[in-house]
Amino acid sequence: MSLTNDQLQAVAHLARIAIEPDWTDALRSDLNAILEQADKLGDPRLNELEPMAHPLDQTQFLRADVVSEGDRRETLMAGAPAQENGLFLVPKVIE
Amino acid sequence: MSQYAIPSGWETVIGLEIHAQLATRSKIFSGASPAFGAEPNAQACAVDLGLPGVLPVLNEGAIRMAALFGLAIDAQVAPVSSFDRKNYFYPDLPKGYQTTQLARPIVIGGAVTITTGEGKQAQEHTVRVTRAHLEEDAGKSLHEDFHGMTGIDLNRAGTPLVEIVSEPDMRSPEQAVAYARKIHAIVQYLGICDGNMQEGSFRVDANVSVRPVGDEAFGTRTEVKNVNSFRFLQRAIEFEIERQVDLLESGGEVVQATRLYDPDRDETRLMRTKEEADDYRYFPDPDLLPVVLDQATIDIWRKELPELPDAKAERYQSSFGLSAYDAGVLTSSRATAEYFEAVIAHSGIDPKLAANWVMGEVAALLNRLELEIADCPVDPDKLAALLERVGDGTLSNKLGREVFEALAEEGGSVDAIIEARGLKQISDTGAIEAMVDEVIEANPGQVEAYRGGKDKLFGFFVGQVMKAAKGKANPKAVNDVLKRRLDGE
Repeated sequence: MSLTNDQLQAVAHLARIAIEPDWTDALRSDLNAILEQADKLGDPRLNELEPMAHPLDQTQFLRADVVSEGDRRETLMAGAPAQENGLFLVPKVIE
Repeated sequence: MSQYAIPSGWETVIGLEIHAQLATRSKIFSGASPAFGAEPNAQACAVDLGLPGVLPVLNEGAIRMAALFGLAIDAQVAPVSSFDRKNYFYPDLPKGYQTTQLARPIVIGGAVTITTGEGKQAQEHTVRVTRAHLEEDAGKSLHEDFHGMTGIDLNRAGTPLVEIVSEPDMRSPEQAVAYARKIHAIVQYLGICDGNMQEGSFRVDANVSVRPVGDEAFGTRTEVKNVNSFRFLQRAIEFEIERQVDLLESGGEVVQATRLYDPDRDETRLMRTKEEADDYRYFPDPDLLPVVLDQATIDIWRKELPELPDAKAERYQSSFGLSAYDAGVLTSSRATAEYFEAVIAHSGIDPKLAANWVMGEVAALLNRLELEIADCPVDPDKLAALLERVGDGTLSNKLGREVFEALAEEGGSVDAIIEARGLKQISDTGAIEAMVDEVIEANPGQVEAYRGGKDKLFGFFVGQVMKAAKGKANPKAVNDVLKRRLDGE
């Protein structure tokens, strides 16, 4: 498959990336190369293989259900650009 | 529950997505506490904030609780499940993605049985569960005025949720409510969710569509969100059915969309349409390995299962002789069943009498005071003490209700209230005979009419004796003595 300019813009919007007009051609060509590789997954011979959720041949370690983190709000919020009454402040979001 | 009739010629198809917040001590991927009501951001650790370089470590408690739910509904607990990233940008989700289970959920299949209607109208119905998967909750956005900005509290971020997805197996708002109540009861019996709908621990989204009766194909559906009580669930679905049928009957079309229920206006409002729906670009979370559960672990968890509502209701019928309806009401919530069982744990209490009181006086009192049964001002021990006095004839049912009211309002002990108010029922035959004789003597005309065949006058005599006894005579004894005296024995 080959990516159109509109599709490129849509993907960029979903990822919240602003694309400079003169990047468009280079990006399209890179992405098309990636998609070409991904297309190989459609090879019927792969149908017999078990899908792999993770490249490591290991399973998930489970943590005991205990509280280990206390209130470190002051430290953790120190880098916030804006805050008030213990809340992070962000540009207005309308639902 | 109000009787709602779907517009004639139409059928509705309903499926529910229920988010139950798991009652773990810590969050799903971090060691922070998910407890409700803390200072903003006091329970948001580096992992919850999505700071660079942090890694999630999965909570065994969340896995166990989700598995218990699967076992309770006879589902398959997946031997291998895994986590995916659902990508979207919103400030209450600082990582830029929600960690969830798309491809391989922990619970697959299962079903619950629901009952609608009562008595002869009672109908059983099976609702299949498609899947239940684990995911993390997002934080909270506060839109009050912060100088034109939005406040973000990430305490809730990372709270473990199990999302329970049903098949579109429900055909009426009543069935949808019965199913939601059944799931609500099961998660509380299991102790995996506190079920508090006001605090958002148990959230229900309804997928609703309509189609002409007889059609095989589903109509276009809408998803109704923001329903935080069972009553609102019923109302929101009713509204949505009416809205869709009106649209279709007037030649319009239903647009696939997410709608918000507004309880103040009792209507649903458009939130977003399918065309604007996000592309979430799911992919397997590289930070989390597949979760593997061996059969031995699942078997240990299976042994932890408590007696569940259906089994309990069955037992109430077979052991106590309760009706299916009564057994269903008493087991509909874990707290109600616990209250009932605490009452009948006292020796000599008739379970049927206890059932009537729990469903009658106790339920009415709680309704009036808007309290949950766990906070009932008359605790099970006091109700048992009261029922003991009703059972041994000290109190009539009517006087029992008076003592119950006094217990609710003033507290104190049953016997002290009976003593202080002189409520003791008169069961002494000699005293009752004396009152009966007086009544007969004072009403010779009625006695003659009664003996002449006016049977209905019997009630008059009972009333007169009760009046003389200030309502405290044992009604059965009064009847017996009157019969003996009037019928000339």
